[in-house]
Amino acid sequence: MLLLPCPFCGARAETEFVFGGDGSVAPPPEGENASDAAWTEALYFRDNPRGAHRELWFHRHGCRRWIAVERDTVSHAILRAELLVPSARKDGQA
Amino acid sequence: MRYSLLSLVRNALSGHRHWRPAWRDAAPKPAYDVVIVGGGGHGLATAYYLARLHGIGRVAVLEKGWIGGGNTGRNTTIIRSNYFLPANAHFYEHALKLWEGLSRELNYNIMFSQRGVVNLFHSPAEREGWTRRYNMMRLNGTDAEVLTRERLAAMLPELSLDPGARYPVLGGVIQPRGGVARHDAVAWGYARAADRLGVDIIQNCEVTGFEIGNGRIAGVETTRGAIRAGRVGLCVAGHSGTLARLAGLRLPIETHLLQAVVTEPVKPFLSRVVSSGALRVYVSQTAKGEVLIGGPLDGYNSYSQRGAWPTVERILAGAAELYPRIRRLRLMRQWAGVMDMSMDGSPIISATPVGGLFLNGGWCYGGFKATPAAGWCMAHLLATGATHDLGRAFALDRFRTGHILTERGEGPQPHLH
Ligand SMILES: Cc1cc2nc3c(=O)[nH]c(=O)nc-3n(C[C@H](O)[C@H](O)[C@H](O)COP(=O)(O)OP(=O)(O)OC[C@H]3O[C@@H](n4cnc5c(N)ncnc54)[C@H](O)[C@@H]3O)c2cc1C
Ligand SMILES: [Zn+2]
Repeated sequence: MLLLPCPFCGARAETEFVFGGDGSVAPPPEGENASDAAWTEALYFRDNPRGAHRELWFHRHGCRRWIAVERDTVSHAILRAELLVPSARKDGQA
Repeated sequence: MRYSLLSLVRNALSGHRHWRPAWRDAAPKPAYDVVIVGGGGHGLATAYYLARLHGIGRVAVLEKGWIGGGNTGRNTTIIRSNYFLPANAHFYEHALKLWEGLSRELNYNIMFSQRGVVNLFHSPAEREGWTRRYNMMRLNGTDAEVLTRERLAAMLPELSLDPGARYPVLGGVIQPRGGVARHDAVAWGYARAADRLGVDIIQNCEVTGFEIGNGRIAGVETTRGAIRAGRVGLCVAGHSGTLARLAGLRLPIETHLLQAVVTEPVKPFLSRVVSSGALRVYVSQTAKGEVLIGGPLDGYNSYSQRGAWPTVERILAGAAELYPRIRRLRLMRQWAGVMDMSMDGSPIISATPVGGLFLNGGWCYGGFKATPAAGWCMAHLLATGATHDLGRAFALDRFRTGHILTERGEGPQPHLH
């Protein structure tokens, strides 16, 4: 059982959360500028690391906020957890 | 030695002292025509068909642990071909036909029991979905039937059809030719048959790297030294991502956990495989009498090969709702396997951007039933360099061209498949 440290609610059981998938995937730029190749990468191709994995969780039965968690996919140790806010995007877009 | 009634009697009379190992404990040679990474059912079947159908005998299967110790030995052994999309339907039907003759083909009893696979539906929407799928199967020439509650009651005497249940059973579908087989025997049978055709099965030999020059594979590095080969096939199931990374590739695959549990053995009461989508659980009874219970993925990426309790709790609740007597049984074992979940839920049998390196993976939780056909298509690919007709739709480039194969249409979210 994972205990996920929600920045608002503290350590809570995984059963309170909904898994939101790989959080390292950057969506391609919007509109005309997105190439097929960029979309293919973003939609389908994954690093799938054996080790530290950035992933998204939604605290459904708690504060109802999205959090970004870094978790080891072998030991399941939680390495980091932070609130997901739009400014967290690397390219600075909202 | 051929296994037969005669060999059984002869060995029984001589106190079973003269049975010989079923395959040689081969040491790695410096070079092979084809190297197969992964000694699960898929790798061993690939080696067997390479030797048997294509006459390629200089083949090695490299296994980091012991053969069949991965998902082959951890799965719940359901075999069926009840797919909707034509590519999947024809491929799995070919597999099922191979299963039907496999014990004889391999001269090894794989205990294939065509006991019928039942899927229950609990809502009108589910009924429409299953009926559509089973009608499609009939159009594809596969056996498929829709069952009323009355027929279910006659077929599965202890199944709870309580109308007051949380998800009352409305009916079901059955594929009568579906069933189960003995998982270890599949690995051992293919290993023995491949060995007899000259294939080297090398255990305790982990592939740790690839030798790649000018975009072509030249060999593999292993914990037992370097091995040269111009053609290499990856059949490593949940480890596809790890091996691909060693070759500098990214794949449309995530690695997830799938669990199963067995109860203590009891007298036979369940003669079929019974599955419920609404309760997210499936049950069958093993030849030893244990009730074997499986369910969905744990739901988040993991290579730990250890399942979490919330899933166990959920699938046990579902199993007890279907078969109330299960409540009184004790659990004997619980385990998990690492699954290579592809982004569209369908498998990959394909060339890769590295010349001579071929991938068989992305089997999700359904790869056991595919074993003979996956080996068949993979052997064809390794031997000829060309895709077998049955595997054409499983090429890696479908993710670029948009020809993805989603049976359920849930989008590129492996944790939801
Ligand atoms: C709990 C559970 C239930 C399942 N139920 C079903 C079911 O009912 N029906 C069904 O059809 N499927 C089922 N599956 C899925 C099925 O088990 C797999 O899809 C299938 O076994 C994959 O076949 P394989 O031969 O490729 O895998 P494996 O048997 O896992 O073989 C891969 C092998 O590669 C080896 N390997 C990995 N890395 C290396 C390396 N670097 N060097 C050398 N060797 C390496 C591993 O040790 C392993 O032995 C289930 C799986 C699980 C875990
Ligand atoms: Zn919270």
